[in-house]
Amino acid sequence: MRSIFFHLMPYRDLPADFEQRYESIWITPPNTELCDPRKVAQYYQWNLDELELADRLGFDGVGVNEHHQNGYGFMASPNLMAAALARRTPNNSAIMVLGNTLALYSPATRVAEEFAMLDVLSNGRLAAGFPVGTSMDVNFCYGIPPTQTRPRFREAEDLITQAWTKPGPFTFNGRYNQLRYVNPWPQPLQKPHPPVWLAGGGSVETWELAAAKNYTYSYLSFFGAKFGKKLMDGFWAKMDELGVDRNPFRAGFAQQICVSETDERAEQEYLEHVTYFFNKCLHIPPYFFEAPGYRTRKSTEFAIKTNQPGAIAAAAALEKNWKTLNEEGFIIAGSPSTVADRLIEVAKTLRVGNLHALLQIGSMPHELTKKNITLFAEEVMPRIRHIWDAEGWTHEWWPSGAASRAVTGAQA
Amino acid sequence: MSELASEASLQTTTESPVDERIVQVGPVAARVLVAGTGEPLLFLHGAGGLWWDPFLEELARHHTVYAVEHPGANVSEDLEHLPGLWELVLFYDELLDALGLDSVRVVGHSFGGMVAAELAANSPRRVSRLVLLCPIGFWREDHPVPDIAGIPPETLPGLVLADPEGPLAAALTPPADDPQALFEAAMRMASILHFIWPLPEKGLSRRIHRVSAPTLLVWGEQDRLVDPAYAEEFTSRLRDSRLALVPGAGHLPQLEQTGAVVAQVLPFLEGRS
Repeated sequence: MRSIFFHLMPYRDLPADFEQRYESIWITPPNTELCDPRKVAQYYQWNLDELELADRLGFDGVGVNEHHQNGYGFMASPNLMAAALARRTPNNSAIMVLGNTLALYSPATRVAEEFAMLDVLSNGRLAAGFPVGTSMDVNFCYGIPPTQTRPRFREAEDLITQAWTKPGPFTFNGRYNQLRYVNPWPQPLQKPHPPVWLAGGGSVETWELAAAKNYTYSYLSFFGAKFGKKLMDGFWAKMDELGVDRNPFRAGFAQQICVSETDERAEQEYLEHVTYFFNKCLHIPPYFFEAPGYRTRKSTEFAIKTNQPGAIAAAAALEKNWKTLNEEGFIIAGSPSTVADRLIEVAKTLRVGNLHALLQIGSMPHELTKKNITLFAEEVMPRIRHIWDAEGWTHEWWPSGAASRAVTGAQA
Repeated sequence: MSELASEASLQTTTESPVDERIVQVGPVAARVLVAGTGEPLLFLHGAGGLWWDPFLEELARHHTVYAVEHPGANVSEDLEHLPGLWELVLFYDELLDALGLDSVRVVGHSFGGMVAAELAANSPRRVSRLVLLCPIGFWREDHPVPDIAGIPPETLPGLVLADPEGPLAAALTPPADDPQALFEAAMRMASILHFIWPLPEKGLSRRIHRVSAPTLLVWGEQDRLVDPAYAEEFTSRLRDSRLALVPGAGHLPQLEQTGAVVAQVLPFLEGRS
């Protein structure tokens, strides 16, 4: 399994009574009141230091993503962070930008250009993430009508992949992007183009796109494998239905992970920061979570059939104590062997070959984050790296310029 | 902007028989409720969806009412054929052709009022009299229209009703424990938001001068969703308009004060006021 250190870049110093005093962590938390640029200057240094440490310690990839107007993860431009990382990751980790929210760019050739720049700058280490984006970002922060979310995404996906592969100049006559001349300089280094990684929360349309275009799919939720099982079963059932193989490297999942010397110590060190994450960083009212029309009828019918609204409500309502968080799989925490065992179980259950390891969580301070990253890299990663080797699949979606540690680390 | 979507009310409040027709307009199958006798009247509903209510019942005593369900509420593909307001206005123009109606009285509520004004601006000769109940269509910094998608659903009655504790309040929000009902309400809302996101100002000010029909504006005095101050955006631009402010009513004056609204609307439609 490939391990990616995925950084959300949260605000680490929200007031203790944040969730009582404010409506939401996203869209409306007042910026002048809550977001101190001097603090953010420090966070950005820490965030990049942490990602660079992960590269040095042998993570397969370092991951960044895009969100807007929030304290949960305010990397409005992941490409800026990826550019910094491209220059400061000598151990050649993959640069996973998961990704650019395609519907927000007009024309979407902006994404084709910036991703191509990153691919070239990193010598072919870019994984190009194409998320649909949250309703908070797309509809509320960027003003895209909910019903245009998916049509814009699909058109942008088409335009960007054409811009990367078709000799320019050519003409693109779309509904949202109408361009007489498409001819980006340069096209990407990786051929035919950087691997495309889709990310989502369980939309049927996204699975169908993954199958049709041979893209990877990463299921991003914070509710763990128990909750994710139904979703990933749905994903694999869809792959079977469409005649796509069961290569586990097609799929990834995000997991919050806390590693310490012992299980007990993990609780002492991390509980506060995990609680901060669930109580403050996920403080989003339902009406912001899904504007009417954001989800299609088809996906909503699937969601209702599989009781996603009920499961989400139940997950949200749970008291987030250490025991519950671990039992429900919201976090995987403990000694290196506890963490490795549970990750293997989860990866096998979901049948996923890519782990987006969330190792900086909520208010977690820099020193503790470095410890978490280091213990994970040194003690956990070697135990989970080869779990799929016996099945003999190749990872067809890994950036070709990135180091392939699965091969060099085969003795572990 | 209500969620008054109880299908049951279609029958329970009906005295005159209501005929449900499916009218093909290009690729869109429009659902139209038809009732009453007399001169034709087109009714365009707001974000809560179409249902046969006591106000329409009153109109149907004197007119043949054609109440059209806004496209996209049930069949989301409909919206692919109607990417913007321009196509929507042409859809209603074509619908009148399909119904064989050359010239009609038009009554529109909230979003339906905005569409009615756009239709009357696009086809001035087709609209003989225009009634706009708390229409949207403008934006004022001093009276921003709240984001109906970005507020707790339980606060909606306080915005749209003069009496948020009254009997209408319960009908405004679907039951929180019924995901299918919530979804159907969301789809109805989505079909409206499609045309007005993120702000309900889409250029009516550049077109409204084309309206030739005498126009009656009806506004609830306690409309906290679309402030009555918006009335002057209409009256200052329309050639022939009058405003009726309704006490004891919010954004749904035709339902909160049906009698008072009907007393304004019916004489106006007959050209008697």
